This record gives sequence, C-alpha cells and structure tokens, in this order.
Amino acid sequence: MCLGVPGKVVSVEPDPLGMHMGKVSFGGITKEVCLAYTPEAEVGDYVVVHVGFSISVIDEEQAHEVFRYLKEMGELAELEVPQPGDASSDPQAGAA
Amino acid sequence: MSGEAIADLSAGPVCPVPKIEHDTVQLAHGGGGRLTQILIEGLFLDAFRNPALEALHDGAVLSLDGAFRDDTPAGAARLAFSTDSFVIRPLFFPGGNIGSLAVHGTVNDLAMCGARPLALSAAYIVEEGFPMDDLRRIVAAMQAAAQEAGVSIVTGDTKVVDRGKGDGVYVNTAGVGLVPAGVEISPTRARPGDKILVSGALAVHGIAIMSVREGLEFETVLETDSAALNGLVADVLAAAGDAVHVLRDPTRGGVASALNEIAASARLGVRIREAALPVWEDVRGACEILGFDPLYVANEGKCVVVVAPEGAPAALAAMRAHPLGREAVEIGEVVAGPAGRVVMESRIGGERVVDMLSGEQLPRIC
Amino acid sequence: MRFVDEYRSAADAGKLLAAIRHTLSRPWTLMEICGGQTHTLIKSGIDRMLPQTVTLVHGPGCPVCVTPMEMIDRALVIARRPEVVFTSFGDMLRVPGSETDLLTVKSEGGDVRMVYSPLDAVKLAEANPERQVVFFAVGFETTAPANAMAVWRARELGLENFSILCSHVLVPPAMEAILSSPVNRVQAFLAAGHVCAVMGYHEYEPIAERYRVPIVVTGFEPLDLLQGILMAVTALEEGRWGVENQYARSVTRAGLTPAQQRIAEVFEVVDRPWRGIGEIPASGLRLRPDFAAYDAERRFQVGGITARESPDCIAGEVLQGLKRPQQCPAFARTCTPEHPLGAPMVSSEGACAAYFAYGRA
Repeated sequence: MCLGVPGKVVSVEPDPLGMHMGKVSFGGITKEVCLAYTPEAEVGDYVVVHVGFSISVIDEEQAHEVFRYLKEMGELAELEVPQPGDASSDPQAGAA
Repeated sequence: MSGEAIADLSAGPVCPVPKIEHDTVQLAHGGGGRLTQILIEGLFLDAFRNPALEALHDGAVLSLDGAFRDDTPAGAARLAFSTDSFVIRPLFFPGGNIGSLAVHGTVNDLAMCGARPLALSAAYIVEEGFPMDDLRRIVAAMQAAAQEAGVSIVTGDTKVVDRGKGDGVYVNTAGVGLVPAGVEISPTRARPGDKILVSGALAVHGIAIMSVREGLEFETVLETDSAALNGLVADVLAAAGDAVHVLRDPTRGGVASALNEIAASARLGVRIREAALPVWEDVRGACEILGFDPLYVANEGKCVVVVAPEGAPAALAAMRAHPLGREAVEIGEVVAGPAGRVVMESRIGGERVVDMLSGEQLPRIC
Repeated sequence: MRFVDEYRSAADAGKLLAAIRHTLSRPWTLMEICGGQTHTLIKSGIDRMLPQTVTLVHGPGCPVCVTPMEMIDRALVIARRPEVVFTSFGDMLRVPGSETDLLTVKSEGGDVRMVYSPLDAVKLAEANPERQVVFFAVGFETTAPANAMAVWRARELGLENFSILCSHVLVPPAMEAILSSPVNRVQAFLAAGHVCAVMGYHEYEPIAERYRVPIVVTGFEPLDLLQGILMAVTALEEGRWGVENQYARSVTRAGLTPAQQRIAEVFEVVDRPWRGIGEIPASGLRLRPDFAAYDAERRFQVGGITARESPDCIAGEVLQGLKRPQQCPAFARTCTPEHPLGAPMVSSEGACAAYFAYGRA
C-alpha cells in the first residue's frame, strides 16, 4: 500500500496555485514530483515519493540509527565473549 | 510479392526507381496492382537491394554452395527456421523502431539455435492512412539492421487494411539459418552444474519503452538495447564449442521467464543470485518507482548462455571481448532439482521462488 | 541507490537475525499491516529466515484487496460509458468484480487508462474537456494526500469533467477490529511506515494502551523489517507495550501536517465496508459536501449497485491473519493469478499473490 521510493531533489519550481513541483532523481532517472506537502525540501535533500507526491524529507541523522545500533551490537558482543573459568559478566574482566 | 506481373522484371527493374506519390498508404497499395508494384519497387526494393529479392519471385532461392561441410548424416548441417511478429507500441522509440526490432528479433531467434542467419522475409500489414514517411523510416531501419547483422531481406509481402482495422503497421519477419555440423543447442543438453551467464545489463528495453509511454524522463535518454546477437553467439561458440548447451534471448517475460522455460524443458532446477544480476542504476530507479521486478522486464539485445563449467571462463571472455557483451556475468547455475523450479538467493541471504510471469507486469499501486 | 541499498545488506541482516534469535525465549505472533511489508518479507525470504518461534501473520494492508466488490462493479459501469476516460493505478485493473474486470472492459472498447499519479488524471481532464475523466481513488492514508490534492486542484481549475470514485480506508480502526476480535492471536504490530509518515503515530498510542500491545512503526526495506521485528519481540519479552518508531528517518510522531490539513479539508470520516471483513465503523473517507460535486458515485448514479462474492474465496480470513493462503482449498488450484477468485490473489501486495509468486509450498 505504501510504495514510497527515496529520491534526490534536483530542482524545485514554485507554482502560482501553491502546488509547487520539483524534479526528483531515482538513481539517475528523474520524474516530476509534487513537493507541496514538504515545502521545506531543498535541492539536494532526499524525499520519499509516493504516487507522484513527496511525503517525507529523509532525516539523514535518523537514517544512520540502525547502523549505529548494529555497530553497538557488534561491540557489545565482543565485550561479552565469555572467558574460561570466568562466571561473571564484568566487561572489564572480559576484555583482554 | 504475388499478383500479376506488370512487366518482365527477370533481368532486374527496367524502369528507374518509381517515385511514390502518396503521403499515406492507400488500400490500393495492397491491392496487387500498379500501386503495389510502385510500393514494392519504390520502397522495399529500393531499401533492401539484393539479387535474390530483385528476382521478385514468390519466394527466394538461395545458393548454399560451400555452406555444408560434408553430407554424411552425422556431419550434415541443418536448417534453422524461425518467425516472429511485431506489434509493439509505440512504433518509434529511443534507439529503434518496430522495423529494427523485427530484424533483430528473428536474427536472434536463429542465433539462439546456434545457427548462422542467412536470410529474412519481411511481411507488412499496414493500416490505410499510415504515413508513407513512417513506413520509409521503418524500412530503412530494417535494412540497416539487416546489413549490420550480415543478412539480406530476400522476400516479403504487403497487405493494406481499412482504416481503423489495424494499428498503424504490424510486421512479421521469418528467417532461415544454417546450424553447422556438430552444434547442438537445446535445453535437453543442460546438466546440473552448468553455469548460467547473461551477456549484459537487464531490463533496458522494457524500461526504455515504459519511459516513452509513461512520461518518465531520463537525464540521458535511455535507448532500447535491441541488437543482433549472431556475432556475439558465433564468438561464444568458437570459444567454448561443445560446452555451450543452451542459448536463449530473454525477450517478453524477461530473464525469469526464459529461465523457467529452460528449467521446465530440461526438467532440472535453476539457482540464481540476486546480488549477481547486472542492472544499471537508472533502470533500477525506474523499476523501483514503477514497482517492476527487473527479472520480468523485456530485453531485446541480451542472451542467456547455459554452459558446462569447464567452458564458462572461455564463454565469458568471448562475450566480454564483444561490444554487445562487455558487461557479461555469471548469475547462477543449473541444479538437479526441484525440476522446473527457479530459485533466487536474495541480497540478504534469503530465498525465493522466481515463478513464470502471470499476465502482464503492471506498475504497482501506492 | 541511496537510502535503499544500505538497508539490503546481507551482513547486517545476519546480525539482526542473530539478535532476534538471542532475544527470543518463547513463541510470539506478530502482524505486519502493510502489503508492501508483506511483499518485502516474502520476496527477500525473511519469513523463512526467522526463527520458527516468531509467527508473522499478514494484515489487511492491501487497499486493492479490501476494496468492496461493489466498488469494482460501480467502476465497471462507469468505465463502460463512451464519454468516460476511466483512470486507475495498475493493480486495480485486474481485480475481478461480480462478472468481469477493468482490463476486460478495456479490451471491449472502454477507455481505461493506467496512471502513475492522480495528478495525471487531472491533467487528462484539462486536456480533454469533452470527456469525463474519472479516477479510481483507492488507498490508505498514504494515498489520501495525493487524492485530496487532485480534487482540490480540480476545483481550483474549475474543472467540470473530473471526478473520483472514492474507496479510501484507514488503518487504526482496522487494527482495533483485529485486536478486539475474540479469535485474535496477534500480540504485536508492525505499523505501516508510510501511512505513519503522513498521519504520524499519535493515533496508535491509545490503541497500544487499551490492548497492551507493542506497536512498532516500521519501514519497508529488509533491515527495517528485521529491526522492527527485533524491537517488537524485545518489547514482548520485557512485558512492555506502547508505540515505538523504527522508521524514524521518515516518520515523526506528529506526521505531515500540511497533508493532514488537506485531507481534512477535502474528506470526512465515514463507516466503510472492508471486503472480506465487513463494515468497520469510522474506517473510511468520503468527500465532504463542499467537494461532493467531484464524487463519481453521485455524478454517475451508481450508488445502488451491490455485488456477489465467490463462495470459495476466504479473503476475509487471510486478510485478518486467521488463515494462511496455503490453507485455502482453492489456493493455486481454482484460484491463481490468471483466474483469481478474490483480490488477494490479484494485487501484487496481496498475501495470496505473494505466496503464489515467491514460494508456494
């Protein structure tokens, strides 16, 4: 129900009726998209496009969340490696 | 080209090339009379110049001297014969038109048999009122395509139907070719362990057509990949010989349908890897926003090669050395089973079945 | 492609799967609402990579699937009229009505055209003043802003030859209907990311509270779904409930205010029948009186048409996650994409179609 594809805004054209449009690039192909619902979108921003309308400006900070989480997971897994004879989960004791 | 002969043309046309005075195709152009003769000589003959055609018999007779290596049954060359009709809309698209597509299509069908294409026929069903200039453009494209592929268009037919009873023009091409002695290309030759190669990037033709139909704009115009593959195939066969088991051009229905057909005919399974599929970035973008799966989108200048593992490196090298195969890659292999089933390993390591296309791939909702 | 490829990494998917396995101590049943999410899960093979103790049931998040059959029948009547150009998204063209479908009407001479955006339909109306252009406005809240803008623009332009056949549905009432059902097995939801991009997720907080379920707003790429599942399972294991946001790069709690404003301007909430499920109160949208002139049902007087469902289609049970497609006796036998008995086999986001195409048993 929600085929929304991220694309990069390459141009913005204000419209007299207030329905301002723009061109969005999806890996190199560009399509005209209505930016009326994301008036703050600027050239260079990434937006999610659904049936010809931008419905979100992608927050790059938040986009890294899952990868930050994965990195933390990876570090935690290393710290928790059990040592022979060591029943405690004290990270200091575990780290060589 | 049947109908009453208006003049004795056995020594070639006796008049200078007649000038076609009409701007649009008339019903009479298909009637078999004078206007038909003018259309044939002024348009088709003028474009497809070759001795076989200029004889203007009902069929072309081709000399096969030297084509057969020896005439014992085990070593006899065989005739490959194929036909295809073209009803594509729009008629003209970036990089080609219905004419060039028609030539490439039948040349490729012959090449996929392992044959050296020899000659083509071209038949037209034209709608009354069709612009003559458009027909000229189509015919010129066919001659250019034929020349590049090293074949001649040696016979043909034209019919004209009432306005409203056709869709501009439909084209049929049929072709004959020679399969050299010892070349055996067929899905029944596929074996578990065979490598599956594709000659280049997928889904280009289908997306190029959709872009014209759906009003998508590309930063650089995306052209069809329509091309004659007989040269590439000849190189592959020369390099890998007997190790080449199956050839298929993945047109309508895409690579997915081609692989399903091969798997079904061979009664074997196929496994491919999503990460290995070659797709250009902008074609991917178009597929994403339309909700298309590149595996199901038509290609008109690509081939699938199923080759024994010992022949795969040579086949791949031969393709990459050819202008039409620079991006050739291995995408998977033939497996013992389940028979007829094509399975793909997804980018994230999961698995899914790649089934035959049902109906037409429609752009996805929302 | 940026913001797409990085969410399809095999290595990261492996880590999330390991984390899910590590977290689980007992079986749980989750539902993903959105058809697009179902599509990704099956296409990428995630449903088979998850530990067996996590059961994913597929929800009614396929607007094509839940559009009542009488709407299709009404569309067919309108599309057959010679003055009408009937426009629609691709999927709706193959959904069977009582007798036939839009694609067949097209082959019989109806002017049925596929469009990518409702604005394309408005453009068609502008360019063809002598024809009546009708747009089949089907969808969840994600599509409502687009349809609202199309109608609003038609009014700004003073178009008299544009109208919409409206079958809009809303997600939160559907979730409540599922949760309040006596046979409900769903313990946590993956909420539809793009619906929430538009509407925000504040509407889900009272639902999470009332039924004590975790609701995780989730995106559509493989890593999004895996992280969403991990967050849901973690909450369940820890006995927590409430709304969490996995898809924070595109979703905020408040949502897209200008879009919500336009929707409220053009549409009002009504009760709506959901195909296979029945009527759910306050679960749909219809045009407000100010915009009623753009309602194709009124313009073409097709409101009275009722429909006849196939007795063999169990779409309702599939859409509520009570049965899997393979449990339907007709699945892959009398019901296939070529001869569908119901909508979930036709829509590319329908569970039945996804199972058939990607991995039927």
